[in-house]
Amino acid sequence: MINSKKLRKAQMTIVIAAIALILVFVISVSTGFASLSPMRLWYTLFGQGTPREELILFTFRLPRILVTILAGMGLAISGAILQSITRNPLADPGILGINAGAGLAVVFFVMIFGGGSGSSIYFLPIFALGGGMLTAIIIYVLSYKKGEGIDPGKMLLVGVGLSAAISGAILTLASKIAREDYDFFANWMAGRIWGDDWVFVMALLPWLIILLPTIIRKSNILNTMSLNENLSIGLGVKVEKERYILLMIAVALAAASVSVSGGIAFVGLMAPHIARSLVGPRHQLFLPVAAMTGAILLLTADTIGRVILDPSGIPAGIIVSIIGAPYFMYLMSKNK
Amino acid sequence: MKPINPGQKKETDVYSRPVIGTTILTISILLLALSLVLAISVGAANIAFFDVWKAVFSYDGSRETDQIIMSLRLPRELGAAIVGAAFAVSGAIMQGMTRNPLADPGLLGLNAGASLGLAIAFSYFSNSSYFTLMLFSFLGAGIGAALVFGMSAMKRGGMTPLRITLAGAAVSALLSSLGEGLALINKLSQSIAFWTAGGVSGTTWGQLKLVAPTVFIGILIAIILSRGLTILSFGEEVAKGLGQKTFITKAVLMFIVLVLAGAAVSIAGAIAFVGLFIPHIVRFLVGTDYRWVIPCSAVIGSVFLVLADTAARMINPPFETPVGAIVAILGVPFFLYLARKGRAIQ
Repeated sequence: MINSKKLRKAQMTIVIAAIALILVFVISVSTGFASLSPMRLWYTLFGQGTPREELILFTFRLPRILVTILAGMGLAISGAILQSITRNPLADPGILGINAGAGLAVVFFVMIFGGGSGSSIYFLPIFALGGGMLTAIIIYVLSYKKGEGIDPGKMLLVGVGLSAAISGAILTLASKIAREDYDFFANWMAGRIWGDDWVFVMALLPWLIILLPTIIRKSNILNTMSLNENLSIGLGVKVEKERYILLMIAVALAAASVSVSGGIAFVGLMAPHIARSLVGPRHQLFLPVAAMTGAILLLTADTIGRVILDPSGIPAGIIVSIIGAPYFMYLMSKNK
Repeated sequence: MKPINPGQKKETDVYSRPVIGTTILTISILLLALSLVLAISVGAANIAFFDVWKAVFSYDGSRETDQIIMSLRLPRELGAAIVGAAFAVSGAIMQGMTRNPLADPGLLGLNAGASLGLAIAFSYFSNSSYFTLMLFSFLGAGIGAALVFGMSAMKRGGMTPLRITLAGAAVSALLSSLGEGLALINKLSQSIAFWTAGGVSGTTWGQLKLVAPTVFIGILIAIILSRGLTILSFGEEVAKGLGQKTFITKAVLMFIVLVLAGAAVSIAGAIAFVGLFIPHIVRFLVGTDYRWVIPCSAVIGSVFLVLADTAARMINPPFETPVGAIVAILGVPFFLYLARKGRAIQ
């Protein structure tokens, strides 16, 4: 039972997180190349901006920001699910090899279509999604043992090993692509938010609209699973089947996010931890907070990256890693 | 040698096979010589074995083949041999010290750190000598190691291989992100990437003059300390019980790991997995006594990387496949095997 005090606190946290997200949004729009001041942003949002301001906001800034927010949410929820079902606080979709798999697919894409602009770019998310999903399935198959099912710890190890191997393959293929295409690819790998077009917002949105409520509905299953496997079986959870479904949802969310945002790690690691420390381990409360936190983190990282190196920007993935890896080490030293 | 502590698990029982060890060492040295000759003679321009002999032992600058051999192929293949030995020995030391079967300089953040060091050197000291580059590479490896390996080795009881491996993945992600960031800011992304992917292909005599003695001395010290390493591989308590000064041995060995990994990365870029699977194969052959494991790892690591580099040149001539990719693709099944084996993550 969630007591009313905790619920109130969680509601407050969500409200504060929403305000923080809006704040980061305003800061993001008002900094860097082609910026709008907060006042002008207000007017432009309500249709009173100049044509130039409308162009900047609705064509350039807004789609990119929305892609960043959605990808941050997707990665955060994906990480939360992985941490709960593996009962390993260090799990993250990037560490599990999904980024590497998507990256390999992106190399193939660049080899076939080139890395420039053009309409073929709209197929890239499909490639990346396929690569990420395929890698996850391979990891699942490789760590499956007859009669025992999946050992979550082994699954993480297999993921680390497989992503190292895939990185080897990526290196081979990437050295063969033309130099101008290489730039696009290097930026993708480094996690530059590249899908700054309404099409990509639309490509990502359905995944979140469908999968987020599904996951929140499964909160109770996640609650028991994150405690103890035997307990879950005792409480009547079909562990193996549920774990498979949840894993696939986590992978789909991560792969979809990465396919438009580029290779970003650590958001899926950090956001659930921050959320758990704010509102506790109950999934009903902490999943929404984790999603908000993920969005704030990624949008902040993208903004910082743009401010540091104007106008091309440091890829958000790099900024996130610089924040995320020390956090990871802190988590490692904290938990016994 | 008898099991020292009957309570220990079976894998820590030491067994040494001097006869097999000597045989393997002899055979692998011969193999190394053979593979070097093979590596030098095949390639975009095939050269007969006899000409290789002539070029090395009676060099004539007017012959074109002699020039190819002496200025391109020989330094390259020697570079491969040295890099292979350095990675294999540093992997062996790490596995012995941490008692972690998954230890490898590539997986545990050393290589990423060394690459970051190089990125810093390229960005801010672009005119510096090769010695400076090597120093930066070494310092970077030290940072990577301090973050991952130090945390586990100095902690009593150590951490599980799963945690160390995850920490390695995270630290690698951090250090390579920093490196990429630097490269992007300074618009060096491509040159560093191509340089890293280039493997041993650009090795020069100047580099060898610095790296070869460094690696050689490092391996020599490792051999001298190998008895202590064997005892360390029983675990800290046993080693202390046997009167081993564990801190000094650990510190010196750690330093050697850094020197070897840093030197190797400064020539060939970050190549993972050589340090992982060569020591495993060697232990399977000669037993768990590090007095044999270290020299055999060095020679077999050399043979392996020379052959891998030759394969890299032969797969799609005249284009070169990065040798790191070949090693990774060969190494991963092995890693997966270790990861699946229950013992690996206990």
